[in-house]
Amino acid sequence: MNKIWLGLTVLGIIVGAINGKMEAVSQSILQAAIDSVEILLKLIGPMAFWLGIMKIAEKSGFTNLAAQLVRPLMRYLFPEVPPDHPAMGAMVMNFSANILGLGNSSTPLGIQAMKELQTLNPHPTRATKAMLTFLVINTSSITLLPGTMIGLRIAAGSREPVVIVGTTLFATTISTIAALLVDRVCRLTLKD
Amino acid sequence: MINLIQTISAWAIPVIVVLIPCYGFIKGVKVYDTFVEGAKDGFKTVVNIIPYLVAMMVTINILRASGTLELLIYGVEPILKYFNIPKEIFPLVILRPLSGSGSMAFVNSIFQTHGPDSLLGKMASTIIGSSETTFYVVAVYFGAVGIKDSRYAIPIGLIADVAGFLAGVFICNLVFKSY
Repeated sequence: MNKIWLGLTVLGIIVGAINGKMEAVSQSILQAAIDSVEILLKLIGPMAFWLGIMKIAEKSGFTNLAAQLVRPLMRYLFPEVPPDHPAMGAMVMNFSANILGLGNSSTPLGIQAMKELQTLNPHPTRATKAMLTFLVINTSSITLLPGTMIGLRIAAGSREPVVIVGTTLFATTISTIAALLVDRVCRLTLKD
Repeated sequence: MINLIQTISAWAIPVIVVLIPCYGFIKGVKVYDTFVEGAKDGFKTVVNIIPYLVAMMVTINILRASGTLELLIYGVEPILKYFNIPKEIFPLVILRPLSGSGSMAFVNSIFQTHGPDSLLGKMASTIIGSSETTFYVVAVYFGAVGIKDSRYAIPIGLIADVAGFLAGVFICNLVFKSY
């Protein structure tokens, strides 16, 4: 992470210097700092809301119930997480939100799952195998109902806004399979 | 089909919001107190993410403002020709992992110039639906729990995005090209 971050930053500055765009670059730096806090400010409300709902789900055993339904799959994907651990339920809730295309609601649920996974982490500043697998499934995106995209197509005057559901399903399945395969290979070389 | 999807989208959250507290109430959970207790963590969690997201967003914006992204796109053009990937769509594979709003704006510009029902329009829609803003997700999720060593999270997320991109181009060429 140290090398990637530094490398990208230095590369950007050098290219900016060659292109003579230093003014834009320097403006973008401060603007980015402002923007990122603005994004997070908007996240506080949904975050509080979903964490509240999740707490009820957790205390009442609802998340465990949800986790039971897909237990064999979850055990295969996350062998190092005990099957009855709250992390399993939290991850299932996050996957459900993704599949339903709830968009902004999946982030708080994902963070909650990450917090549960952190309780199993022997090195608190380093990602565990389970965290990486969880993140990989997340970033490969398993949206079955691309609601935002359909909305955008309707707004643009599309005559067939939902025609992309089938192709999206195909592409998202391929990307998730690819990501999981690479994750499986990477797992072999990692120690927890 | 369109009605079904819109109905599910509209009903999903209200149903969850009724279902979970009712289930909790039946199980004897003090639902209001529990909700408030959980919600309190919201602010703290978001504040923890700030430094991670600032670090990530600043670098991404430098890459954009300096023209590094454009340079990258220019550099791979010959490869695209070879693999039959439309060059109009290619910026998406670089924009998508970096910026959600940026890639949405790009898709909108494709809709404006080529129309949402053109091959390019459908391709762009498919790609967005099957990929993620990897850098944002990694910064936010790991930032929330204080993970600094993200190990192979970013490379593997990018592999997934590229796979989604290629699969999207392939399937759209196959399904929509004859129209």
